Amino acid sequence: MARMRMARPDVGAVAAFIGQVRDLNEGSEVSGMTLEHYPGMTEKALEGIVERAKGRWDIFDALVIHRIGALKPLDQIVLVVVTGAHRGEAFAACEYIMDYLKTEAPFWKKEQTDAGERWVEARASDDDAKQRWSESD
Amino acid sequence: MIKLLYFARLREALGIAEEEIAVPNDVADIQQLMAWLAQRGGAWQEEFTGCRPLRAAINQELVDNTAAIHDGVEVAFFPPVTGG
Repeated sequence: MARMRMARPDVGAVAAFIGQVRDLNEGSEVSGMTLEHYPGMTEKALEGIVERAKGRWDIFDALVIHRIGALKPLDQIVLVVVTGAHRGEAFAACEYIMDYLKTEAPFWKKEQTDAGERWVEARASDDDAKQRWSESD
Repeated sequence: MIKLLYFARLREALGIAEEEIAVPNDVADIQQLMAWLAQRGGAWQEEFTGCRPLRAAINQELVDNTAAIHDGVEVAFFPPVTGG
């Protein structure tokens, strides 16, 4: 992040998002989770989303780091960092990247709860969040 | 021959992560491949007859059910993604 911030003298905005594991989901206490991915496709999907964001907004650079494997509550799952000249484009690109990551990048969460393990179901609200970007085209 | 990969809940339901198989000539797209796999019965029938949402990728690109399958491709099936 420091390297992106200092990469060029006209960086005026650094927008960052961090997603964390919560200890509660769908009414159950979550003691941990395991994140599965599709080696190869996951990296390609993230690179593709970043490239689309760079094509759509006037930003300088974007970075995505996503964890896999075993995670505990308050562990950081995902980091998105976007640099640009101004905050508007940086904020928007950061949200765009997260919305597409949530709906297109092949990751799957399996939660450990009091009642055992369960796969997290995809949420329609995540599809809605992505949809708004195509409506504004 | 094609390579088939299964992920997450689907992988557990089917009890297999990947396989290499020869498919009949009349199995030419994702929809037809799903119908063919469903014929294995049991969990395969449950998972591939459309009761639960599935996504497909060919050579690591998301595709819809009409996408064509060619010899040598890598096809993956998985539930809707839940990362982030």
